[in-house]
Amino acid sequence: MQIELEMKNRTLVVRLTGELDHHTADALRTAIEKELDKDVATSVLLNLQGLTFMDSSGLGVILGRYRRLSQMGGQMAACCLNQQVRRIFELSGLTRIMGIYPTEKLALEQL
Amino acid sequence: MMEVKNSMLLCFPSLSQNERFARQAVAAFALQVGDWTLVELDEIMTAVSEAVTNAIIHAYEHGVGEVRIRARILEGNGLEIIVEDDGIGIEDVAQAMEPMFTTKADQERTGMGFSFMESFMHELSVTSKPNQGTSVRMVKWLAAQSDTQE
Repeated sequence: MQIELEMKNRTLVVRLTGELDHHTADALRTAIEKELDKDVATSVLLNLQGLTFMDSSGLGVILGRYRRLSQMGGQMAACCLNQQVRRIFELSGLTRIMGIYPTEKLALEQL
Repeated sequence: MMEVKNSMLLCFPSLSQNERFARQAVAAFALQVGDWTLVELDEIMTAVSEAVTNAIIHAYEHGVGEVRIRARILEGNGLEIIVEDDGIGIEDVAQAMEPMFTTKADQERTGMGFSFMESFMHELSVTSKPNQGTSVRMVKWLAAQSDTQE
């Protein structure tokens, strides 16, 4: 899995390519935590356009970061979900607690 | 003469880099059952990923052991997948299968693994013996067949 990070104002944009499972979850956790530790980002946007697979291990990493941001008073959102990833988001209830947008541009306007 | 249906056995050490290999191998084998939709293939891959991840994280939490996947094509366009390990076993299977139940919340485990297996496959059964291992059996029928099976 490839992880691309970019700061846009105070939103950390995380673009993922590949498959997010237990094997790749740690790298994502570490990458986002490292950025949040800098105390600059107040929100995180996950751009999942290139993510072709995700299971409950990926869900765990996303929920963990969601909790940290919520405690900080920050926000988390996701955009560009493919079918399989959307299904996991829906079944787990993530779509009810997190903003889901069709494009990165629309998501950034809301954060 | 009775037709012999295809089957396969996949054995690998409980290393996390095998999670992707396992789900993709099973999906490739599944194609022999018939024309699954892409959604159905995603469901099979997710279910396999969850079962294999459980074996790696829970069954062999103290080291590395062998994970075996047996897959078989069933009469009536079905796919049977059995994921087994020789690990620590599950003390209370019913509790482990409850949505959101996890023994490893500190490691950001969601307790959704069995829920996904249950949602994505038509049949799910789990047998486990402490210190001997766990076997997860899942069956999925091709959509056209599912009406007569259910």
